[in-house]
Amino acid sequence: MNILRRNVLKGAGAAGAVSVAMAAGLLKPGMAFAADWNKAVFESKDLGSVMGAVGGAGAAAGDISVKAPDIAENGAVVPVEITSNIAGTESIIIIGEKNTQPMLAEFNLSNGAQGFISTRIKMGATSNVRALVKAGGKMYTAAKEVKVTIGGCGG
Amino acid sequence: MAEPMKIRASVKGDDAEVKCLMNHPMETGLRKDAKTGALVPAHHITNVTATVNGKPVLDAQWGGGISKNPYLAFKVKGAKKGDKVVVNWVDNTGDKNSAEAAIG
Amino acid sequence: MTRLFSFLTGLLALIGAWTAIASPEDDRINLVNQLTSVYPDIKPHDYIHGALAFDPDSMAQYLSIMQLPPFLAALEAGEKRWKTPFKNGKTYAECLPNGGRMIAGNYPKFDPLRGRVVTLETAINDCRIANGEAAYAYGDPSSMGLLTAYLRTLSDGMKMNIQVEGEAALQAYEDGKKTFYSRAGQLNFSCANCHIDNVGTRLRSEILSPVPGQATHWPVFRGGDQLVTLQERYQRCHRDVRHVPDQAGSTRYDNLEYFHAYQSNGLPLQASVFRK
Repeated sequence: MNILRRNVLKGAGAAGAVSVAMAAGLLKPGMAFAADWNKAVFESKDLGSVMGAVGGAGAAAGDISVKAPDIAENGAVVPVEITSNIAGTESIIIIGEKNTQPMLAEFNLSNGAQGFISTRIKMGATSNVRALVKAGGKMYTAAKEVKVTIGGCGG
Repeated sequence: MAEPMKIRASVKGDDAEVKCLMNHPMETGLRKDAKTGALVPAHHITNVTATVNGKPVLDAQWGGGISKNPYLAFKVKGAKKGDKVVVNWVDNTGDKNSAEAAIG
Repeated sequence: MTRLFSFLTGLLALIGAWTAIASPEDDRINLVNQLTSVYPDIKPHDYIHGALAFDPDSMAQYLSIMQLPPFLAALEAGEKRWKTPFKNGKTYAECLPNGGRMIAGNYPKFDPLRGRVVTLETAINDCRIANGEAAYAYGDPSSMGLLTAYLRTLSDGMKMNIQVEGEAALQAYEDGKKTFYSRAGQLNFSCANCHIDNVGTRLRSEILSPVPGQATHWPVFRGGDQLVTLQERYQRCHRDVRHVPDQAGSTRYDNLEYFHAYQSNGLPLQASVFRK
C-alpha cells in the first residue's frame, strides 16, 4: 500500500501531523486523486511536516541498516543502501534531513520484493540520511550521518 | 527521447537482484543556472514501477533529490533465472521510459 | 697537484654525469620505493585508485558507483563516434595499431622522425587529418573527450608501457620531469610538492594521490557526469596553484604527460572512472 497516497486520503481525520501539514498549506484535500505523485510532500522544505505527513513522527527504532558513507565523496552522488530486517516490510522511505527538500523517495514493495533498496542521492549539507520502514502497519526508523564537504581536486 | 535504461538482473541465493541505471537530468527546480542565474526548471522522475513476470514488485515515488542518471537496485525473493523484469519510469513532464531484461 | 686537480674534476664530472643520467626507470623505482616505505600496507597495484587507495570510505563509494556508473551513456556516445566512418568511409580502427585495442598504455610515445611526443590524442588527430577530417581540440570534452573515454576502455587491463629510447626521447622526458618538479604559480607549488612529498596526507579536505597510477584511468567523470581529460587535469592543477595553464596539447604538457605516464609503467589501465 502506498503510504503517501493513503495518508493523504485519510485526510484530516488521520494523524495529527497531517492536519499540521494541511494547516501549513502543504497538503490539499483531493490532491491524492489527481496524481500518483505527492507533490506537497516532495516539495515541502520542512522536515517536521514531511515526517508527519509520511507517518514518521512517532516511528520506533527498528532493525534497519542504513549503509552510507561517513564522508560523501561528492554530495551530488551519495550511494545509500537501506536493508530492513523487519518481517513484513512493505515500504521504505528515504529522507535527507537537511536537504532543501528532505523527502527523497518512497519505495512500496510487493510480491516478494525484499526490504532492500540501493540508490544514489543528492545531499546539500552534512546531515542524517533517515530511513523509514513500514511493516505490519507500524513505522520504524534508523539513520546514518553523512558528512558533506565542498571541494574536490579529483585526480 | 530519453536514452534507454540499463537493467542487470541476476540470481543471488534465494533472491534475484535487479540493478538499473536510468538516464535523466534529475533537476530539482531549486538549482540556478551558473551563467544566467535563472532557476533551472524542475525536471525529474516522479514514479518508478517494476514487475517480475508481470507481477508488480516495486512502486516508487521520487523527488528531485535522487542523483542525476539515477541508480536503483532491489531484490526479489523467489524470482528465477529467465524471469522477465520490466522497469518503467515517468517524469514530471510526462516523459516515459521502459526497459526489460531476463534475469541471468 | 695537477694530477690531483684533474682527478677531482674528473670525479666531479663523473658524479655530474651520473646524476644527469638517472634513468626513467630509476625515477620510477625510486618513487615506488619511497611510497612503499611510507605506506607499506598499500600495494603498488592500488595506486591506480589514486587518493581512494588511502581511504576505505571513499573506495567503498567508488566501487558502489562503478557497478553501474552514471556516465555509461557518455561511453556509448564515445563508442558511436569511434565506430562512425569518416567521409571517405575509413575508420579510426584502420589507422591506429591493432585496431585501437590494447594500445593506450603505449602512449605517449616519442616519434623520432617528428622529434616530438605523440599522445593518444595526437594519434587520433593524425588519423583524422590523414582521412581529410579536421583535428579535434585536445581539450574538448564533447569530441576528443568522449572519443577517448570509449577508446581507452578498449585497453582496460593493459599495463602502462611507456618507452624512452634515444637522446631526443630522453630530452623530452627530462623536460616533462623539469615541469613536474618546478614550482609555479602564486602559491609556488610544484606537482611534486603534493604528489610526491605529501602523498596520502590531506590538503584541506583532499587526500593527495601518488604519481604512480595517476595516468592510468583517464578521462575521469567528476561527480559522475563531468568529463575531465588528463591534460585538463594538468590545467586545473596549474590553476589551483594560481599559475596560468597551457592549452591542452602544448609541448610542455605533452612532455609532462610523457614523464608522468612513465611513472605508471607496469600498472593496469582502467577507463573511464568516477572521481569526486
